[in-house]
Amino acid sequence: MAQDDHSGTELAAADSSHAEQEFAGSTGTAVIPHDGFTNPGFEPHRPRVTDEDPKREKRAQRTVYTLFYLSILGSVWAIAAYMLFPIEGNDVGAVRLNNMFIGFGVTLALLGIGFGAVHWGKSLMTSPESIDIRHPIGGTEATKQGAVEVFREADEESGFTRRSVIRNSLIAALLALPIPAVVLFRGLAPQDQLPVELLSHTMWAKGTRLTLDPSGVPIRASDVTIGSAFHVIPEGLAELEQGRLEEKAKAAVLLMRLEPSELNPAPGRESWAYDGIVAYSKICTHVGCPVALYEQHTHHLLCPCHQSQFDVSNNCEVIFGPAKRPLPQLPIAVDDEGYLIAQSDFTEPVGPSFWERN
Amino acid sequence: MTTAPTRPSAPAKRTFTAAASDYLNDRTGLAVAIKGLGRKAFPDHWSFLLGEVALFSFVLVLLSGTFLTFFFQASQAEVHYDGSYVPLKGVEMSVAMASTLDISFDIRGGLFIRQMHHWAALLFVAAIGLHMLRVFFTGAFRKPREINWVFGFTLFVLAMAEGFTGYSLPDDLLSGNGLRIIDGMVKGMPVIGTWTSFLLFGGEFPGTAIVGRLYTLHILLLPALVVALVAIHVGYVFIHKHTQFAGPGRQPTNSVGPPILPIYAAKAGGFMFIIFGVISLIAALFTINPIWNYGPYDPSPVSAGTQPDWYIGFADGALRLIPPGWEFVWLDRTWSFNILVPLIGIGLFLVLVVSYPFIEAWVKGDKREHHIADRPRNAPTRTAIGAAGVTFYAGLWAAASSDILATHFSLTMEGVIHALQAVVIIGPFIAYFLAKRVCIALEKKDREIVLHGYESGRIVKLPGGEFIEVHQPLDEFDRWRLVSYESYAPLMLRPNARGKITFGQQLRAGFSRWFFEDRIAPVTRGELEASHSTHHEVTQSEQH
Repeated sequence: MAQDDHSGTELAAADSSHAEQEFAGSTGTAVIPHDGFTNPGFEPHRPRVTDEDPKREKRAQRTVYTLFYLSILGSVWAIAAYMLFPIEGNDVGAVRLNNMFIGFGVTLALLGIGFGAVHWGKSLMTSPESIDIRHPIGGTEATKQGAVEVFREADEESGFTRRSVIRNSLIAALLALPIPAVVLFRGLAPQDQLPVELLSHTMWAKGTRLTLDPSGVPIRASDVTIGSAFHVIPEGLAELEQGRLEEKAKAAVLLMRLEPSELNPAPGRESWAYDGIVAYSKICTHVGCPVALYEQHTHHLLCPCHQSQFDVSNNCEVIFGPAKRPLPQLPIAVDDEGYLIAQSDFTEPVGPSFWERN
Repeated sequence: MTTAPTRPSAPAKRTFTAAASDYLNDRTGLAVAIKGLGRKAFPDHWSFLLGEVALFSFVLVLLSGTFLTFFFQASQAEVHYDGSYVPLKGVEMSVAMASTLDISFDIRGGLFIRQMHHWAALLFVAAIGLHMLRVFFTGAFRKPREINWVFGFTLFVLAMAEGFTGYSLPDDLLSGNGLRIIDGMVKGMPVIGTWTSFLLFGGEFPGTAIVGRLYTLHILLLPALVVALVAIHVGYVFIHKHTQFAGPGRQPTNSVGPPILPIYAAKAGGFMFIIFGVISLIAALFTINPIWNYGPYDPSPVSAGTQPDWYIGFADGALRLIPPGWEFVWLDRTWSFNILVPLIGIGLFLVLVVSYPFIEAWVKGDKREHHIADRPRNAPTRTAIGAAGVTFYAGLWAAASSDILATHFSLTMEGVIHALQAVVIIGPFIAYFLAKRVCIALEKKDREIVLHGYESGRIVKLPGGEFIEVHQPLDEFDRWRLVSYESYAPLMLRPNARGKITFGQQLRAGFSRWFFEDRIAPVTRGELEASHSTHHEVTQSEQH
């Protein structure tokens, strides 16, 4: 039945062609039958219609040069379209025409050359099929030996193997060399900051007013009707000169009002809501997309990126999807003027998990 | 190839071409290469064009990308947009976004070139993927081409990296969300994650450094690597000579096809223009990445139904399929398995892809060079493994559109995710089984045809009243196409010189059994003669 590695060589002898000998090598577990078919050699050549019929040949020739001339036409048209279809007057429609007609010209120019050349090759060029003889990629035995000899001589002359102390010290030096280069990359981020420190704080602080995103208008508790949801940023964020997006990426909040009876605050969080109004971080605890699809009647939040779902009535715990942690809650209250304010910063880092978080 | 002998003395009347080529050759010595390669044979098959599609779309990516660099500004400094697109007038955005809008709305033909660049890039990755599948399913990765498979695989990864860095440059809402996801994934990696993200973004996400950094990668480092690897990859196609399918006259020791000059040059050169032309037509007609609809990046707005470029889909899908709760605090550190499992899973998948040629070579123990491409059916286990891999990838890929699947087909989000989890885990096994059975059935059909000929459709009534269908025997050329493959047998274990069977050998035997135990051998002359003389069904012998 099956041959193993070693019996293959006997079977290979069945093939007598000398080229096979040149390609010698273990056949492994290949099964080479004794009475397999032999290659019948090339099929008789089949002439093309253009080889036999001069009329067809003429027609093919006409087709090819017509295509090339069409290509020139396309190029000319593309230039004309550049001028005929300018983008003027803040008109989006003009952009579309400009794009389309320049595109048509270029397409015709390219396809004309392409189809013309292929048709020329297929129907008019007369070369017979070429037959290359393959030789083993490894070269002849003499070449291989020659290469081995070069390495041996080089080793002997340099003493690479013999003088192992020199060699090893060189290897050690080469290994040490890239380390300074790696250290230089510390400069990619500011030297005076530490990531864990930055990730642990946001702009929110005791007394910061909740304001609308993006206008920055403060929100009165009385404006938040039951069932509504607001996109919120901390007061002052819209006016930041530096680091506005960085702060927003941590401080964005979603504000919702439910019936107070529908909320089941976790122990210690009973005072974090105000009259059914709750504020949660908008940054997904999975990989950080904004979780901002609010389904009013189920009180579920859905992240549009990876479909994690959070239950607002239940401390924004995860009910489905790849996220693990609930969205962090921002403790809120109301100031003397009736505006919503934060009681403090978030009590845990917002956004995606990271190694040093615990 | 022999080296070119020195030219005989020039004829009395020299053409311009002869003079010019003489001039060049005397200074470059190119004649040796032209004589050696000019008539080199290039085997023909439609599937061999897939690699060319990849190459040519890359050329177009380079050309169109160079044009874009003259206008694009990779800066995240804030400006108020003041271009032609009215709905965004006065909106605060980065210079990168504003210059991309200028390319689209204020430079004639700019949108066309930008769309060509994006479409060509999408086609580039797609063509590489299909080309890899062609090479895989025809066994064109076998000795001596294993290392070129590794180069090609590296190109696939680099192409995806090129795509992602390019996608991130316009600094619009979609690309910013893509970077946000990358940031979240990087942060989820143990030990190095937090600092890697911090260094990558030059501080906190999103910072003002990332677009400039990605731009350097996108237009300098990655293209240089891709160009170098493409040169090596294609260079090795020349050195190895292209594989060919079995056919009359085609030997493992020859390479048959139209010569490079002139036919292959005309066809491949023309094909390049056709590829350019098709991409150009798509760019003229179909909008891609309309960043003006998305607006500038802001960490807060909603963006439902967003999709990454297609080739990143499998990674995004892997993230979506993780069940809830795969994150733990242990030893006072956060272990985000909801990030790690997709990363490791995709990593393992890619490692399997790149190392498959070496695994198969080890199982077979076949040290010969292989230049005849397999028909997929004649390597049933490999084809089945490929089908399983494709199913796994497709499952992850579909998962990247889980929300769109759910909304378009009015399904629940949970139902779609659970179904796709099943596709990713069970699907590969089903695909494996189906593909293997189909391959074996096709091999059996091939044997039938060789032994009994084609069904001619002609029914004949015999004198005894019996009806038979006349079977038309194959000619020797068609027969050769069906019988000229080798099958492999399971490895028979034998003790080594020290009388032991090593664990390595046992493992190899196990793999070998898995690969080859239900092989179908090609028809031999003896079997064909037996079938002719007896007119009886010859049982499919697997014995020799």
